[in-house]
Amino acid sequence: MTALAPTDKPAAQSILEKIGAGNIVVLVLLALYPAVASDFFLTQIGAYSLILGMISLSLMLLAGYGGMVSLAQISVAGIAGYTVAIFGLNNSGVHGFGWPFWIVVPIATLVAAGASALIGVISNRTEGIYTIMITLAIATAFFYFTQQNYSLFNGFPGYTGIRAPEFWGVNWRDPMPFYYLCLGFAVVAYAAVLYGSRSTYGLTVQAVRDNPRRMRALGFNVTAHKVVAYFYAGIIAGLAGVLLVWFNGRISPGTINVSAAINVLIIAVIGGMRHPIGPFLGAVVVVLMQTFAIDIVGAERFNTLIGLFFLVIVFVSPDGLLGLWGRIKPHLAQESLRSGP
Amino acid sequence: MSTLERPGASAGLSGGGGITKRQAWGIVWLLAAALFAWLMLGVWPDWVNAILTSKKAFASAVLNGLTLAGLYFLVASGFTLVFGLMRNVNLAHGSLYLLGAYIGYEVATRSGYWLLGVAAGFVVLALVGLVMQVLVFRRLEGDDLRQTLVTIGISIVAADLMLAVWTGTTYQIVTPAWLDGAVGLPIITAVKSNGEAVFLRYPFYRLVVLGVAIVIGVGLWLMLNRTRVGMMIRAGVDDRAMLSASGINVHAVFAIVFAIGAGLAGFAGVVGGSALSVAPGEDVRYLLASLVVVIVGGMGSITGAAIGALLIGLAEQIGLVYFPTYGIVLTFVIMVVVLAVRPQGIMGKAR
Repeated sequence: MTALAPTDKPAAQSILEKIGAGNIVVLVLLALYPAVASDFFLTQIGAYSLILGMISLSLMLLAGYGGMVSLAQISVAGIAGYTVAIFGLNNSGVHGFGWPFWIVVPIATLVAAGASALIGVISNRTEGIYTIMITLAIATAFFYFTQQNYSLFNGFPGYTGIRAPEFWGVNWRDPMPFYYLCLGFAVVAYAAVLYGSRSTYGLTVQAVRDNPRRMRALGFNVTAHKVVAYFYAGIIAGLAGVLLVWFNGRISPGTINVSAAINVLIIAVIGGMRHPIGPFLGAVVVVLMQTFAIDIVGAERFNTLIGLFFLVIVFVSPDGLLGLWGRIKPHLAQESLRSGP
Repeated sequence: MSTLERPGASAGLSGGGGITKRQAWGIVWLLAAALFAWLMLGVWPDWVNAILTSKKAFASAVLNGLTLAGLYFLVASGFTLVFGLMRNVNLAHGSLYLLGAYIGYEVATRSGYWLLGVAAGFVVLALVGLVMQVLVFRRLEGDDLRQTLVTIGISIVAADLMLAVWTGTTYQIVTPAWLDGAVGLPIITAVKSNGEAVFLRYPFYRLVVLGVAIVIGVGLWLMLNRTRVGMMIRAGVDDRAMLSASGINVHAVFAIVFAIGAGLAGFAGVVGGSALSVAPGEDVRYLLASLVVVIVGGMGSITGAAIGALLIGLAEQIGLVYFPTYGIVLTFVIMVVVLAVRPQGIMGKAR
């Protein structure tokens, strides 16, 4: 905890300056993080937060820019994870073709993105709040399917013994390389979303979110834009799914169950969906709570704690911690002016 | 058969002719119903047995599907009413079901009266629904997404607290003696070599569940279509602002609907917990069932919920018998097909 505090606090402040310099400061701090963090903080907190943050980022992309709250993003990540287990190596004695990682990872990402686009096609038959219902139904159905089906998903036990590869003389399973691997992927995803949100396509998607009828009248293919957004979100969630399966070393229906699907939403809502940094912020908060709440309320009642925290955030600040910060910041600035010399 | 179908097909194309499209559909439904009646009541020749494994397996699957559909209808009708009227996607609906089941279990085992447990399940959950509506949802009116997020938060906390109180043990609510046992049905499963017919025996309680679901379904329909409150609810589903403008206390109507919806979920919990079992995780199962039933049947429609429940219940049980590991896919396929053909659901209104 003490090791994390100094790196985390300035990070949260500089992000909210919402300028390029802020991003660079955060990146430098995150890159220097391994210098102060133990192996536990590096993987169980650092890498895990980055992975969960990426999955939530894919939700933030859809919900924040597209107005489509999809609860099936963990299923998309899970599809990538299962693809890695099936085409790569696993210990379960089912499938496991043993293809090299540089083929498996692109395949897994593309399969996930394709699945995500398909979910987009299905859920875009209706609009608004229906999306949540349809994607939740898809996520739940997929969870039950992986649990029942042994020929493809190996049922309840799932796949074990999936390992991050070794290349360039580096064993990417070790804490520090794995942290940098996650950081690299997360930074690329974050930058892509930030850049994409300012591109013509990104602006079009945001316009579709704000007024689909007008955009349709202007001649834009609303559904196609949304489905493409699902595809991009699927790439991010798919990459995160690959990292997640390497992180856990296994994938089973438990990884993608309904509470996992809802966890992704909780992270995005707690962090805030106005800016791509929100999901990462939320992931850090949730992972820290997950790790240290055990000391406060005991491991058993963690869900009550996170649920209540989530309820408070939804009631107090619909834009999550980012929105909360946005409201407090002006007051703080005034305080510092008054108390200043 | 082909002569009957031809005029229907031509009517569908031209719109004129002897038979309207509606009549053609009627004939198709009639034929399907006749085929189904024969499958259930008739004695199967060998080739049908060869395709569908056995008459007993098929008939049991259909009956199980029907009783499950009854249960799904009880849960989903509350969900669809609440959604139709308030645009509130209550993702804590599964938790209401499970809480009802636990409360029913406690009351039934402690008092020894099963019926008291059923009543308690309904009443307590109706009160819980009332409290949820007044304390939580009224504050977030008109904000669909936040209401939904709140219900997700509630379902997480509720699931965890229920786990704390009732642990992970699986409970079985004991039904009274007069509901136990099996009854013979006029469905011939096989004919013995001496010409004697073997009839299907089926648990009496499951038939009661089906009967109760039908009674409640009819009751709901009557309430919605024949009473003053029902009229208000229907008006609210169509145009909430206008209902409020015509001097009705909309909040009172909302509270009534939420209480009925939550109460039905609790009721279904006790009834379902007696037929199957009560355990953590059941909340998710019934939430999924409600979601799919309502997506398939159409939001805000009781008839739609009945049709959706029938489709999903039958698909689930028949899928379980004929392709066990892909059963859930069948449910999913039904949902996707309905969304593709009729995005608003079978009985949903186009908007």
